[in-house]
Amino acid sequence: MTANLRSRTATALGNPGLRKAIRDATDRFTTHREEGLDLANFEELRRAARATRAAIIADLPRILGTFADAAEGVGAEVHWAGDAAEARAIVTGIATAHGVELAVKAKSMLTEEIELNEALETAGIEVVETDLGEWIIQLAGQKPSHIIGPSLHLSKEDVAEIFNRRSDRPLPADPEALCAFARASLREKFLAADIGITGCNFAVAETGTVILVTNEGNGRMVTSLPPVHVVVMGMERIVETWDQLDLMMNLLPRSATGQKLSVYTTQVTGPRRSGETDGPEELHIVIVDNGRSNLLGTEFQEMLNCIRCGACLNVCPVYRQIGGHAYESVYSGPMGAVLTPLLAATGTSLDLAGASTLCGACYDACPVQIPLQDLLLSLRRINADTGGPAWSERAGWKNWARAWSRPGMYRKTVTAARRGSGALPAGLVPKGWRSGRTVPEARGTYDLRKALRDGKI
Amino acid sequence: MIETLAPNVGASVVRVLRNAGYDVHIPDDVTCCGQPAWNAGFATEAAKVARTSMEALAADDAETIVVPAGSCAAMIRVYWPELFRVTGDEDASLTATSVGEKVMELTEFLAEHSGAGPAESPDDAEVAYHHSCHMLRELHIESAPEAVISEAGYALSDWPMGRQCCGFGGTFSLKLPEVSVAMADEKIDAIPESATCLAGSDLSCLIHLEARLAHRGIDLPVVHTAELLDQ
Repeated sequence: MTANLRSRTATALGNPGLRKAIRDATDRFTTHREEGLDLANFEELRRAARATRAAIIADLPRILGTFADAAEGVGAEVHWAGDAAEARAIVTGIATAHGVELAVKAKSMLTEEIELNEALETAGIEVVETDLGEWIIQLAGQKPSHIIGPSLHLSKEDVAEIFNRRSDRPLPADPEALCAFARASLREKFLAADIGITGCNFAVAETGTVILVTNEGNGRMVTSLPPVHVVVMGMERIVETWDQLDLMMNLLPRSATGQKLSVYTTQVTGPRRSGETDGPEELHIVIVDNGRSNLLGTEFQEMLNCIRCGACLNVCPVYRQIGGHAYESVYSGPMGAVLTPLLAATGTSLDLAGASTLCGACYDACPVQIPLQDLLLSLRRINADTGGPAWSERAGWKNWARAWSRPGMYRKTVTAARRGSGALPAGLVPKGWRSGRTVPEARGTYDLRKALRDGKI
Repeated sequence: MIETLAPNVGASVVRVLRNAGYDVHIPDDVTCCGQPAWNAGFATEAAKVARTSMEALAADDAETIVVPAGSCAAMIRVYWPELFRVTGDEDASLTATSVGEKVMELTEFLAEHSGAGPAESPDDAEVAYHHSCHMLRELHIESAPEAVISEAGYALSDWPMGRQCCGFGGTFSLKLPEVSVAMADEKIDAIPESATCLAGSDLSCLIHLEARLAHRGIDLPVVHTAELLDQ
């Protein structure tokens, strides 16, 4: 970690261009989501989705087994990775075994989480992201700032500058021209790639199918043009039946971008069969745990219900001010503040749970009703119990509890705080609170209870 | 908070409830609901303080416990049972549930039990109402505050940002003060010019917003809903 959370947020706040880009993008997502949620029975669907996800996660080992059997039955090869290092080794192993020189990727937050690109590059393989947003940040050498819009922190002027570093002719800050440049550049890569790597939005256990939800068509190219397709799948990214998928697909695109359906919903059931003219010759599915199974049976199990729509980021008033990079995690916003410390090594990143006012907007937007603010509170308790807060804060709460659990002491401190001054005693107002705020005059300096008792009110 | 920083707001609450036809008293031994520590992750300390207030409220024979602060009302009604559960006291958790059933936030109570006619208010008064998060999203009190304010004769500003968090968030406002202030600014900047005051039903949000307005030199009175109804 390069700096503490407060200074990271301050850096973000000091960048007006960044703040405008984030505000505009999240507003757009939220407006579209509100328009897209034209379902009369949205609340009913949320409840059903929560129950469905909970039932799946509660039975995860069996359903994953069903999926693996079905996927192998249609010719896929299934791999199990306990952690990020294993996952990287498996994918790199598949690539080197095929003598891969160029890998194309569709957008996948899990591959960001396990830092797959770096591993492939170390093995001498060129990796090209083909989702426009991912490609932009890959060229810029940045990390995603949003799970749905990885480059939403950048303006079109920023993108033009990034593209102009490799374009032969100067490109204007015009979305159409920039997209045309990306399309032409990426097309060559699709045709030349030896391997395609994707994530997985949902796996359907009963048929061994992998579902990809995309908007740009790059997912189709990555899954069908190269001779080898590797799916990197989080172990919780699964439903048992197509009926369950139907429910999730009613909620995912609507909650993410406000679309009733994304432009492409790709279903991959096994590699190319004999007689088929396209599709990969080999399909590998790498099922990744990387800390997820630790959540099973804990108060945090519900976090595994998350379908990665990003709605909680878009409505979060804190994310709105600081964007994703201040979280220093692949996952940002409310879901990231919960998931990051849970997946990380014990005791790290717990400070992220403080990046919330617990306003509850995230829960209201969550299509599977994850009580994110309650999980953030639980993480704050773990942080307090494991010595996260400074000694002075811990001592402060102890003294506070000792005083305010006794009515006599409580009244004394209230009187002391009030006495002798029309303004709030500066000593009572910590310095952090006074920065940027001018503490107002108290509204009355008398003893309310006494006044009421004495009939003066 | 009202006792320490704003006894005038407490006096307004008392008068408004009396005008509506109710007897009001403050139980001697009630202190704080424990929310500041609970939200900071210090459950044991929160429970220690909350227990004192809970026992005082449980022993009181009032019909209804009216809480003139949305987040304290939410703490009691929504979080006390959980607070005592996570600190290992199931009996207290049950008591907390029954105390919580008697708790109503001020405007929620007035919207249901308002008896007294509206006071006369200045013709040009327009209120920008700040919905506090715990009231809106934990207690689901959406229309009561604006209903009682408009019944009292005030016009209400069209201020969609009124439903977004003000950035106070308890210790959040101390730990990430720059973000906290930026959140306040976004709300403040969206207040319509026609508004003559900013009102809310949570003193903590109001003091944060008032402190930011003052820092920026913006002259807009900030009032608790009880003060509006007490004019």
